[in-house]
Amino acid sequence: MSYEDVNQNRRRFLVAATSVVGGAGVAAVAYPYLASLSPSARAQAAGAPVEVDVSGIEPGQLVQVEWRGKPVWVTYRTEEMLELLPKNRERLVDPDSEVASQQPDYCANPTRSRRPELSVLIGICTHLGCTPSYRPEVAPEDLGETWNGGYFCACHGSKFDLAGRVWRNMPAPTNLVIPRHMYKSDNLLVIGEDEEGVAA
Amino acid sequence: MRAILDWIDARYPLTKVWNEHLAEYYTPKNMNFWYYFGSLSFLVLAIQIVSGIFLTMFYKPDAELAFASVEYIMRDVQWGWLIRYMHAVGASAFFIVVYLHMYRGLLYGSYKRPRELIWITGVLIYLVLMTESFAGYMLPWGQMSYWGAQVIVNLFSTFPVIGPDLVTWIRGDFLVSDATLTRFYALHVVALPLVLVGLSFVHVVALHAVGSNNPDGVETKYFTDENGRPLDSIPFHPYYTVKDMVGFGVFAIIFFGIVFFAPEAGGYFLEKNNFEIADPLTTPELIHPVWYFGAFYSMLRVIPDPLLGVLVMFAAPMVLLFLPWIDRNPILSVRYRSPIHKFNLVTFGVVFLVLTYLGLQHITTLNQEIALRLTLVYYLFFFVLWFHSKPRSDAFSWGWFLAIVAAYSYYDFTRIAADGDRVTIMTWWLVPTLYLGICLLLPLFSQLNEEKPVPARVTS
Repeated sequence: MSYEDVNQNRRRFLVAATSVVGGAGVAAVAYPYLASLSPSARAQAAGAPVEVDVSGIEPGQLVQVEWRGKPVWVTYRTEEMLELLPKNRERLVDPDSEVASQQPDYCANPTRSRRPELSVLIGICTHLGCTPSYRPEVAPEDLGETWNGGYFCACHGSKFDLAGRVWRNMPAPTNLVIPRHMYKSDNLLVIGEDEEGVAA
Repeated sequence: MRAILDWIDARYPLTKVWNEHLAEYYTPKNMNFWYYFGSLSFLVLAIQIVSGIFLTMFYKPDAELAFASVEYIMRDVQWGWLIRYMHAVGASAFFIVVYLHMYRGLLYGSYKRPRELIWITGVLIYLVLMTESFAGYMLPWGQMSYWGAQVIVNLFSTFPVIGPDLVTWIRGDFLVSDATLTRFYALHVVALPLVLVGLSFVHVVALHAVGSNNPDGVETKYFTDENGRPLDSIPFHPYYTVKDMVGFGVFAIIFFGIVFFAPEAGGYFLEKNNFEIADPLTTPELIHPVWYFGAFYSMLRVIPDPLLGVLVMFAAPMVLLFLPWIDRNPILSVRYRSPIHKFNLVTFGVVFLVLTYLGLQHITTLNQEIALRLTLVYYLFFFVLWFHSKPRSDAFSWGWFLAIVAAYSYYDFTRIAADGDRVTIMTWWLVPTLYLGICLLLPLFSQLNEEKPVPARVTS
């Protein structure tokens, strides 16, 4: 066979054009496949914001709700509890909530909350994901003189105060996470959604 | 019989393949014990595929049903316990033979020219194998399955910007759930085995293209008789097929000894927590991966910065990919390398074992300190390999020694300043320092870095 009459330019163009179209086709079909791995509509619906009626929470009580499969604590802190919060200051890693990933901006305040008395926290230790226990009492025997009430993670001994702020030299590196939330009315708390929309 | 064979050979290269890869495939005659583990890897692969196929006939990939279906296999399916224990013990056996196979490569320089691609495909197999076993460990949906997956998948959340979205995408949900289980099932039983078998094929094709290395690390192709047959090599079949059969026999005795008498291997092959169904709201006290990831998990835990920890952990197996270009010493086999090189190889093995052990223990100050030092030695091993690529001058040796010691001593200084335990830190400071002293400085004051002349032909 002779190659003399072959139009090399046309041949190269056809090869390039076929490659580009074929490549575009593969890229186009890759998107739906990769996107199928994202949370399905059903999972997204289950991940929808949760509404909590806070009028029934007693002072000092912790109410646990489930949001996206995680425990979320809504704690009604009494006046005495709030007065004790600043006393923990020197024991804490991040007393002023400077690590931005741990709470929305509107909770980077001394009580780490939108309303001083109501604390909203994701009840998962920032160390390895255990669930700490609620220990509101002051100076119990097992936690020592300095305990002003808070959350204690029995897995590896991390201590958090009643604003979810972690003590120094604990396995947990950061404060407990505060989910995005807002109050739709006086008594209706919405977890997983705020003025800027639904949490990612 | 002859006629049937001729009929096939005219249509398919049956005799040709048989001869090229078995009957007339020449293999060095001096291979030793270490050369069992390649064929054993294939045996274990076969065990895993066959037992795995049978397990899929009874297993249910559904978060509601998975745990019960595994119990059903163990209790009600006839011989189900044997099939499942073979698969579970097979997973650990796979890593044992693969680790020994890789260490063989380190000993005899099997990663060096012209076998770089054999080594690289081998490391890729190892990486896929780790993913495969991680996906498989999730399927029984016990507590360790769940929380192991939780911790490991969460590692990706440390990546800047895309991290959290990436984790959600991997899980297919906002937490580890049924969606995660079903996709890991698909990966474990279809996608990754296909890749594994494909890579193994490429691994062997590459091996047969350049031929096996041997304990002397000398090329056996060049010495041939008048018929062109290599003098120092023998046909793979029947000589090595028979030898490998002996290996299979010994392996089977040990393997079934474990399957029958200690299938959980004291909680190392099957962890105790995994006999409890997954509970997303209760964490087990000690979360750790199965033993074969222990070394890398240690590395993750000792680095205080989460992202850096993840990178150090992932880089640890990845660095093996570059080994052919790190160790530029022309001598292949450890037999003719210096005593210091032998020390370096043995240290690496011991460090890997100790890191593996530490990765499965509770975190204590002492454990963490040891693991931190050994993580450093793990990486320094590769530096020392590069360093011994050729003889180094006094100034070069002292320069590197002082620079590296200064770098980690500075880090230790910051740790002591930040209330670290001074005595522990200073005691364990000696480990990398002694290691570097032996590997970098001892050659300047002794004959311990002398290499031996490499013979032209194999010695036995």
